[in-house]
Amino acid sequence: MKDKIIMAHGSGGKQAHELVEKSFVQALANPILAKLDDSAVFDFSGRLAFTTDSYVVSPIFFPGGDIGKLAVYGTVNDLAMSGAEPLYLSLSLIIEEGLPQSELEQIVDSIQKAAQEARVKIVTGDTKVVHRGSADKLFINTAGIGIIPEGIDISGSNARPGDKVLLSGPIGDHGIAVLSKREGLSFSTRLESDCAPLNSLVAEMLNASPNIHCLRDPTRGGLATTLNELARQSRASIRIEEEKVPVREEVLAACEMLGFDPLYVANEGRLVAIVGAEDAEKVLKAMQGNPYGKDAAIVGEVRAEHPGRVTMKTRLGSSRIIDMLVGDLLPRIC
Amino acid sequence: MKFIDEFRRSELAKGLISQIHRRSRTPARFMEFCGGHTATIFRYGIRQVLPSNIEMVSGPGCPICVTANADLDKAIALAQIPEVIIATFGDMLKVPASHSSLQEVKADGADVRIVYSTMDALKIAEENPTESVVFLGIGFETTAPTIAASILQAEEGRIRNYYVLSLHKLCPPVIQAILDSGEVKLHGLICPGHVSAIIGSHPWEFIARDYGIPCVVSGFEPLDVLQCVDMLVAQIENGESKVEIAYRRGVRPEGNREALRLMGRVFEPCPAWWRGMGEVPDSGLKLRKEYQRFDAELAFDIDPGTAYEPKGCICGDILRGVKTPLDCRLFGRACTPEYPVGPCMVSSEGSCSAHYLYGGGFEG
Amino acid sequence: MCLAIPALIKSIEDKEAEAEIGGITRRISLWLTPEAEVGDYVLVHTGYAINVLDQEEAEETLKLLEEIAAAAEEGEG
Repeated sequence: MKDKIIMAHGSGGKQAHELVEKSFVQALANPILAKLDDSAVFDFSGRLAFTTDSYVVSPIFFPGGDIGKLAVYGTVNDLAMSGAEPLYLSLSLIIEEGLPQSELEQIVDSIQKAAQEARVKIVTGDTKVVHRGSADKLFINTAGIGIIPEGIDISGSNARPGDKVLLSGPIGDHGIAVLSKREGLSFSTRLESDCAPLNSLVAEMLNASPNIHCLRDPTRGGLATTLNELARQSRASIRIEEEKVPVREEVLAACEMLGFDPLYVANEGRLVAIVGAEDAEKVLKAMQGNPYGKDAAIVGEVRAEHPGRVTMKTRLGSSRIIDMLVGDLLPRIC
Repeated sequence: MKFIDEFRRSELAKGLISQIHRRSRTPARFMEFCGGHTATIFRYGIRQVLPSNIEMVSGPGCPICVTANADLDKAIALAQIPEVIIATFGDMLKVPASHSSLQEVKADGADVRIVYSTMDALKIAEENPTESVVFLGIGFETTAPTIAASILQAEEGRIRNYYVLSLHKLCPPVIQAILDSGEVKLHGLICPGHVSAIIGSHPWEFIARDYGIPCVVSGFEPLDVLQCVDMLVAQIENGESKVEIAYRRGVRPEGNREALRLMGRVFEPCPAWWRGMGEVPDSGLKLRKEYQRFDAELAFDIDPGTAYEPKGCICGDILRGVKTPLDCRLFGRACTPEYPVGPCMVSSEGSCSAHYLYGGGFEG
Repeated sequence: MCLAIPALIKSIEDKEAEAEIGGITRRISLWLTPEAEVGDYVLVHTGYAINVLDQEEAEETLKLLEEIAAAAEEGEG
């Protein structure tokens, strides 16, 4: 069965080598990877940012992307959220026996394109194949290294009362795009995942102002969960305004249909920035000038009272508390 | 989104709020009897914008919350049968039954699938002819006709592996039981908009006539709820008690005749056990004899075990509107959305969950 | 019970229809609303149209709410 991945592809033997060389090394061409040593070796100086992530999204192909693209951009973004310039990634695949080779090739191709777009190199990797049923088609694990420029100190605990909260674009695109393909829930939409590399956006923001206190990308759990994390870490409160948060009409419609709150739906190409008030407008303009931040908006501010709490001013002018997501977002009838 | 956005316009909300403040003199307690209304009220902070003489109380409007553990246990028992695929609305997944939840048995290997519609469940049945698909039929009169239609569709399409566990409940009988219990003094009822889309407004007339309580059928957008409150206030200040429809774009007085016909063809009323209220006559639905072959309870031999209610859980009192979540000593401590003890904390429209998530009564 | 959204019927095939709301489309059942026509807005609950939305009544309600808002402003002015 030449066209499917089999156990032998993961066992380190001839087929495994063939797979690695044909499918990975050639596609992800770079001098470090081509050496095929057990570890990637390179020189460094400066502060390093280091991150790791695993990707288990299902389905592995969704509108606007696939698990490979997600893996590269997700890792790049974690590094970018520390203000780092992402450089090198590791890529580890756990493949379920029976995955069509064509699908693997498509994903590797996607990974290559994503690495190119994000200007990072994949320098080391690993492949394992597991028995049918032991993995959901494909799991990807990554690690990433980046360099943090001098003088940059970005952390979730740096938010200060008076700071402004900026959001780089409309929320909920990824979660809804993925959901539209889920069995039992399917609906048709032109929505695509917002999956995107944010390092160039962050670089431009840092150019505009050193006054960026926090950066975080609201992935699973949505904007609400991310704001809660920041509020807790910084021991401050955050207040946003419902009417200022950008949401696409299709996302709103899908949320209405399924009973979701867009604040809790996953994103993959958005960031939240907490910026000193005096530079908020400058940073906003820089964001809007980048293709990944063109719909950026100021959505709220940081306050001192009720540390750890996130609240929202509703369109009626009243207030409600926004908590973290609990469990999974489940469609409901009631 | 057409017919949604217009009913969220903040400038129109201001007008209604202003009028309510101007007209409302008499202290009044209004009950909303629909989880959707509970959610709107909390999500938009409606309590905060109403005058202080109006008190809002939540009734047993969440069909999950009112389902007794004994019935939930049946669903769990069915899920544990090897050739059964449970198809369910998402609301049911996390609800704690006597000893377990669907989420837990799913983690143990039970085939439990969340669907948006019975249409999806029928498709699963067609695609898995050697398995049995059991649909968990929860909900009130809004949902029951859709389940009835799915059974008729299965019959038409000769789908032989589709079954329904009917846990449906009917609203008017339970409202009557609450009013008869005399535990909560109500001055107005916010009637469920989509239940009324099916049953019309006539079934609520006994409340206005026999109990002297104003009733207004309301939609689910913030302007709908505010307009409903405004109309209830007007009735009170005019000394009236009648049934009015605020949600005129969605509800006709006679309801949806075809939906009622299909519901009546497949189901008939039966006694049902409501959490916190015990058995209420003619408040549930069971499959008629002609459709018994779709009845999951008859098709499968299940032993749900003895039902068990957790100590300290006052969901029953909360559902009847006699206690609030803040009166419960488990609320926010042993019982949270992450680790719910009772169903009121699970469903996002359950009173406790709404209170917890949206910070009921929170100012600033 | 509660979650039902207004969707526009784009096409009908037998007892089912393609319905659209806010740019997303989904196949829905018209078993409960056989009278629905293309161009109607229907309230969709769990994939079934439970009622045809009365667009005239919607306009009337909005008009009423606008009058209330105008009167309230005058009262304050």
